[in-house]
Amino acid sequence: MIGLQIGKTVFRAPEVEQPEAPEETILSTKKLSFWYGEKRALDGISMEIPVRQVTAIIGPSGCGKSTYLRCFNRMNELIPGSNFDGAVEYRGRDINDGRVDPVSIRRQIGMVFQKPNPFPKSIYDNIVFGAKVNGMSADMDELVETSLRKAALWDEVKNDLKQSGLALSGGQQQRLCIARALAVEPEVILMDEPCSALDPIATTRIEDLIRTLRETYTIVIVTHNMQQAARVSDKTAFFTVGESGGGELVEFDDTQRLFTTPSDPRTEAYITGRFG
Amino acid sequence: MITLGETGTRFHTIYRRIVGRGFATATLIATLLGVVMLAVLMFDVFRDGAHEVDGEFLTSYPSRFPEKSGLRSALLGTAWMLGLTAAMAFPIGVGAAIYMEEYAPNNWLTRVIQINIANLAGVPSVVYGLLGLGVFVRAMELGRSVLAGSMTMSLLILPLIIVASREAIRAVPDSLREASLALGASRWQMVSRTVLPSAMPGILTGTILALSRAIGETAPLITIGALTYIAFDPQGPMDLFTVLPIQIFNWVSLPQKEFHSLAAGGIVVLLVVLLLSNSVAILIRNRFERRRY
Repeated sequence: MIGLQIGKTVFRAPEVEQPEAPEETILSTKKLSFWYGEKRALDGISMEIPVRQVTAIIGPSGCGKSTYLRCFNRMNELIPGSNFDGAVEYRGRDINDGRVDPVSIRRQIGMVFQKPNPFPKSIYDNIVFGAKVNGMSADMDELVETSLRKAALWDEVKNDLKQSGLALSGGQQQRLCIARALAVEPEVILMDEPCSALDPIATTRIEDLIRTLRETYTIVIVTHNMQQAARVSDKTAFFTVGESGGGELVEFDDTQRLFTTPSDPRTEAYITGRFG
Repeated sequence: MITLGETGTRFHTIYRRIVGRGFATATLIATLLGVVMLAVLMFDVFRDGAHEVDGEFLTSYPSRFPEKSGLRSALLGTAWMLGLTAAMAFPIGVGAAIYMEEYAPNNWLTRVIQINIANLAGVPSVVYGLLGLGVFVRAMELGRSVLAGSMTMSLLILPLIIVASREAIRAVPDSLREASLALGASRWQMVSRTVLPSAMPGILTGTILALSRAIGETAPLITIGALTYIAFDPQGPMDLFTVLPIQIFNWVSLPQKEFHSLAAGGIVVLLVVLLLSNSVAILIRNRFERRRY
């Protein structure tokens, strides 16, 4: 029953247009494996993420979707005892190359986290934080306004930019975090289950926002919500826990195709709700 | 069987209620005991000493005539020592805490250092006095100066500041660190712009408590040879000095009754200095807390 409903949802999403030209790849991994200490989290994942599209990563808990996402901006290297093998490339360049500064990577590849995490500062200071640490010499007032407009939050907060970011509702906080990420003018935005802590209305607003942002940015979104992947993404990757205990890529295809005619029986089992 | 069970349950309910009330009363008594003892102490000291505290008492040097005696030099010495101690112990203590929480690799050496610092907080103060005497007074030839005293006092309170600052830094959620780094902040920017502002109220609370302890400490300063009779103002960090608790101790140890009354007056001044410096520090801390919303 559930599977059928999901199928219908996908059928009713015709706004996903198929790009004709060969897609330009912006991010890619080659046989990427990852370990937390002895525990394997990813097992040889090779994937190419197209530019200016929304790529969703779905899969059961513990399949390494978040770990995979965090490899793109080198957030995982902060975890003691973690370890990787393989390559992560951003515009053809290995980001784990010793000469690459993780700080510059993170400026170009922004991130929105699972739980909204605004700084305990004013809305204004939240937005300008990135610009300040990166030494950007922009008109800060203008930066705040454009970033908040892009994140569809401006009209709700424009009268009190001095209030604390923590005084906002959960959904507003998450849009503030998106605005904050946009303010440093990244090319890619990684989103790690951005709606899992939000109510359905706030979730809808974030999803609308993602659809607007895909015109300018490349978005990679991890979600445990298949309907969400179907609603917002152009491409979907399905991860599962492999025999090695680490996450592996089962299938990566256009969202529409993956949800209607999956080529792997494991994908079909997952999206029809028989597993996970 | 059923009746028995019911009786048992009822008895149990009443029993639990009595135990609950008894515990609440016991904690109340424990609280009141502290407050009442403090009130009695304050009352006693104020009755004995409040009449001694006047402008002359605060501005006169100690003297062998009780009526001419005052604690000007001790008050200034305490101010000097407190200022220098804070200036040295705060940056070093917070720096050590930042290193241990944000930079240190998680290996056995770090853990050994951490455990040792926690243990240092429990070392008797007279031991620090002996260390100060050996290292600062003699080896570094600082003499019995207010600088040597402040350095000794800094060593004494450093573990307290480090432990409190580490707790405060650890309480800053990792999500804020990640947010900061994900926006392209360097490690130092993350620490200075995100972690420290959030941890500052906790760090300041620890520092206030540590400095309060420094105000009252006597043993390490006697050990390094802080004088008991100073009839001039300390002008700089290399001058000889005395502090309020030493002056009080000196007066108490004299046989004349009049000096005991002076000692009570000294205690009143000491308590007022303590409360004043604490309130100033708490005001500063509250400003920080408001700033972070």
